[in-house]
Amino acid sequence: MKVMLSTTVNGEQVQEAVLPRTSLADFLREDLGLTGTHLGCEMGACGACLVLMDGVPVHACLVLAVQAEGSTVETIEGLNETGAAADLQARFHDRNALQCGFCTNGMLMSAQALLEANPAPTRDEIRDALSGNYCRCTGYEAIVDAIDTTARDRAARTEAAK
Amino acid sequence: MKLPSFEFLRARSLAEAWALHSDAGGDAVYLSGGHSVVPSMALRLQAPSRLIDISQIAELHGVELQGETLRIGAMTRHAEVLANPLIARHAPLLSRAAPHVAHPAIRNRGTIGGNLALADPASEFPAAVLAMRAELEVMGPEGRRMIAADDFFLDLYETALIPGEVLTAIHVPLPPEGRVFGFDEIARRRGDYAMVGVAAQADMSDGVVSDASVTLFSVGVTPMRAAAAQDALEGAPLSTDSIARAQAALATDLDPPDDPGFPAERRLQLARVLLGRVLTRMEAVQ
Repeated sequence: MKVMLSTTVNGEQVQEAVLPRTSLADFLREDLGLTGTHLGCEMGACGACLVLMDGVPVHACLVLAVQAEGSTVETIEGLNETGAAADLQARFHDRNALQCGFCTNGMLMSAQALLEANPAPTRDEIRDALSGNYCRCTGYEAIVDAIDTTARDRAARTEAAK
Repeated sequence: MKLPSFEFLRARSLAEAWALHSDAGGDAVYLSGGHSVVPSMALRLQAPSRLIDISQIAELHGVELQGETLRIGAMTRHAEVLANPLIARHAPLLSRAAPHVAHPAIRNRGTIGGNLALADPASEFPAAVLAMRAELEVMGPEGRRMIAADDFFLDLYETALIPGEVLTAIHVPLPPEGRVFGFDEIARRRGDYAMVGVAAQADMSDGVVSDASVTLFSVGVTPMRAAAAQDALEGAPLSTDSIARAQAALATDLDPPDDPGFPAERRLQLARVLLGRVLTRMEAVQ
């Protein structure tokens, strides 16, 4: 039997009836058409489905949509709209920090949350933050570079603004 | 794989949770963070007809000092265990174990109560609560029970919880001055299941060990207390000699499973190496 779900997705209030078995990822993709949230392993291992829930990254494949009741969810589409991660995305582009791009949205979610919590992470801390994100095309070096450079850029901008 | 169908109900109180569980004739599972329940249902390891969301029950939340113990609500998420200053001060083995629990996103949702109730033998928190001689607060329709961690983990994924009971909190006795702690694990990959792990604490007075508590995980069907290794440390300084005696004693304490790519003898050897490292680096909380 369907359950009424009321949540905020990318700043918009959403009310939908969902089956309890529906994952948050399937809800975002199928009910809301937000297909930037990718599904890889559907086991919480690969990180392709990461979204921000109440400000922190979570696996949308492991959260039931009904568990998002009353929560705030932000997907890659939300980050695109607000431009909050535009500099990070530009650095991923500059450094060629992707090949097929399937993992990229999840990587961006992890990176964005890391930089919010820790504006000057070491490379080890970046790697640790990405430990739940798999890239099966290439390696992580360019991705770590892109995040590291973004952190420095943001610090420099903050300094300049003072 | 997608989940099988089930009914989802949210309990607002423990009494409501028990009633909903009882109504389902036992064919129900409590849901806190869901980060073990959901994947196990996706894998069809279980298919309860009802999930009872207990995440909003007030008694399960909060970390607070209560007299001589630190009470950690079962709904405390792994990320909060990692960040909480009371836990860092009074239950340091948990904050040292937390970075090893899966990955940051998992730690944002998984809960310590869910983790302990699942009782995965490769999991970090069960060994940590065992080493700290914590007590687990359990509540059911018959009332409240306090279960020593030593009596809680019975077998593979089997605990002393009676069907319907809810693990509500972890009570950690406050450490005395001079207690030292150590935690580490060996895993193939950051955040992956440990091949072997150690959680240990000991009281040091005048440079001599008393009340050593050593537990290992991923070495059998439950987290395990290494009684012979503990005895080997007792009454002596933490030295190369006493550590070597504790390492040797592990052969008495452990009988690891022999599985095809990972012979028992290798696991025992890794346990000895890791125990040596952990004991060498034991330190007090600042």
